[in-house]
Amino acid sequence: MSRETPIETVRLEPIPASRRRAIERSFRILCTTVSLLSVVLLVTLIGAILFQGLPRLSWNFITGMSSRDPSKAGILGALIGSALVCITCAAATLPIGVATAIFLEEYRPQRRWLNVLHRQLELLISNLAGVPSVVYGLLGLSAFVHLFGLFGTIQEPFFEIGVRRYHQYESEADDRMILIPAERDGAATAPVAGMTVYTSDLRSFALRTIDQDAPRVEDPKAARRTIRLGTVGSPTRRTAWYYLRLPFGYTVLAGALTLMLVVLPVVIIASQEAVRAVPGSLRAAALGLGCTRWQVVRSVTLPSATPGIMTGAILAMSRAIGEAAPILLVSGVLYLSSVPKGLMSEYTVMPLQIFQWADDHEREFADLAASGIIVLLVLLTLMNLSAVLVRQRAQRRLH
Amino acid sequence: MSSAPAAPSDDHPELPGRRPASAVETSSRDETPTETAIRIAGLDSWYGSFHALHGITLDIPERRVTSLIGPSGCGKSTLLRWINRMNDTVPEARATGTLQMGELDILARATDVVDLRRRIGIVFQKPNPFPKSIYDNVAFGPRLHFRMTRSQLDERVEWALRKAAVWDEVKDRLRGPALGLSGGQQQRLCIARAIAVGPEILLMDEPCSALDPQSTLSIEDLIFELREQYAIVIVTHNMQQAARCSDQTAFFYEGRLIEAGPTNQVFTRPRQKRTEDYVTGKFG
Repeated sequence: MSRETPIETVRLEPIPASRRRAIERSFRILCTTVSLLSVVLLVTLIGAILFQGLPRLSWNFITGMSSRDPSKAGILGALIGSALVCITCAAATLPIGVATAIFLEEYRPQRRWLNVLHRQLELLISNLAGVPSVVYGLLGLSAFVHLFGLFGTIQEPFFEIGVRRYHQYESEADDRMILIPAERDGAATAPVAGMTVYTSDLRSFALRTIDQDAPRVEDPKAARRTIRLGTVGSPTRRTAWYYLRLPFGYTVLAGALTLMLVVLPVVIIASQEAVRAVPGSLRAAALGLGCTRWQVVRSVTLPSATPGIMTGAILAMSRAIGEAAPILLVSGVLYLSSVPKGLMSEYTVMPLQIFQWADDHEREFADLAASGIIVLLVLLTLMNLSAVLVRQRAQRRLH
Repeated sequence: MSSAPAAPSDDHPELPGRRPASAVETSSRDETPTETAIRIAGLDSWYGSFHALHGITLDIPERRVTSLIGPSGCGKSTLLRWINRMNDTVPEARATGTLQMGELDILARATDVVDLRRRIGIVFQKPNPFPKSIYDNVAFGPRLHFRMTRSQLDERVEWALRKAAVWDEVKDRLRGPALGLSGGQQQRLCIARAIAVGPEILLMDEPCSALDPQSTLSIEDLIFELREQYAIVIVTHNMQQAARCSDQTAFFYEGRLIEAGPTNQVFTRPRQKRTEDYVTGKFG
């Protein structure tokens, strides 16, 4: 380019300072407005929920079971369900997630083509974090609830431990049940006088039978041990605490494993970040002293990365506890009459309970949903707070 | 830890791989040849397709300080990191040629790097103590490699800290955090940590470049002390440092060993023009 005047003599037009200040000011106003907007939105939402839900929030609501009567219904079943699912989910997710993160970060292969595969694996996992959770619900349904149909159906499982089947008869006294052990396939054993049978709390005694037309037994003690021949028993079952069956069916275990699929990518990525944040110089120091890789992981990487891993895990769990979509597919319970007791219990979780209440056509149930949301919000806030505390404590310790 | 006021004897009875004190010479600079600790012959190294070292041949003598000098990227750190196979952790790093410690072929696939690194300690550029207590830092290596009783371990930690000339400064705060020490103290702690496992050779990768002049001086004094028992290889950018504390100097340029010889000779009567230009500060 040719120039008529040399560059030193060109007079440059300065941008007026007032204009710069105006831009600066309007940008600040824009930022403030946008952030205020989100605050206003949040306050409105929480305010509306508090307004609707607080009147119904009481100790009775927290300790109450589901009920068709809105004035008696409570959230205890869903609360315990959420806790059980969350703990089981954490127990399944943490070892797998942390081990995967350590493999990805600490055991990078030296060979080029393996390294390429390694990076593909990382990419794949980050993609998994973005998959909608309802998709994991579908996967959980076939993988855990039905175990791909490999082990029979839920009603007729292939494999079962910790369960005993009985036939249940009404005693002559009519005030309690008599349980006669049944065969594995559920076939009834005909009641015979003198055989060992059980009360409903599984205390054994010898059975007495009387003829169909015999007169009523008067002595109440004797009547309780007696059944009339020809009465029809109904099949029933008692499960031990270690009850397990394949497939899992609509149980806490299946729900927890499904949520594991949802949060595993999140936990892996968070743990990877934590492991990556451990200074390479510490790793080099440990290797230089003659550590094996495992010793480096155990004595250097993990101690330094644990706070980060814990923070990530708590945040992932608070996500798990708020998930409704995947649980909708693997819970299968619309109305829960008892608190879940173990891994093989049927269950519901809080978001699902809230969803069902909000969906109810009775107005009172909608208020219950708001109360449920408050409980869930308090729980989530506590979990996130503990994540912040863990992080702060770790930071203090390092400096 | 026992608080015995008397300094323990310089020679630690339980230490493997150490020579008897009678074999130790006086601490003045001594350029009489000693046995070879590490023999390097025709060593070539690559990072991927980048040819980092070209046919390096150099003997590292026992009980001497060998300094590797040269401008950045000349391959001196690469060489150092092959001696204890730290380059194993670098993707696509490979080397061919001879690298021998006595009868041991260092580069052989079958060589146990864990034991190799116990015998060849390394100190890095930046002090890198673990975020643990001072005691645990020094005890880290011995705990990895030896079954020791508590008192043996205590003794060993004290010995290593004395050897690294940092005992007097830390003896009252052994359970305190290592990261609370000053940079120079941290680096001496790292040296104590390295010698606590009883190595035969110490590698130092620019051990003073992150330190102030005072700490640098104390580390140099320490290197001078340590050479009575260890073969020391030190990479440095600081020519005065190489001149001050090494017995043998090797000058590297663009992946090639240009010149190696007694430090006095390399600095005062270099045989190569490039060496002279470098040591007199004309480039680099």
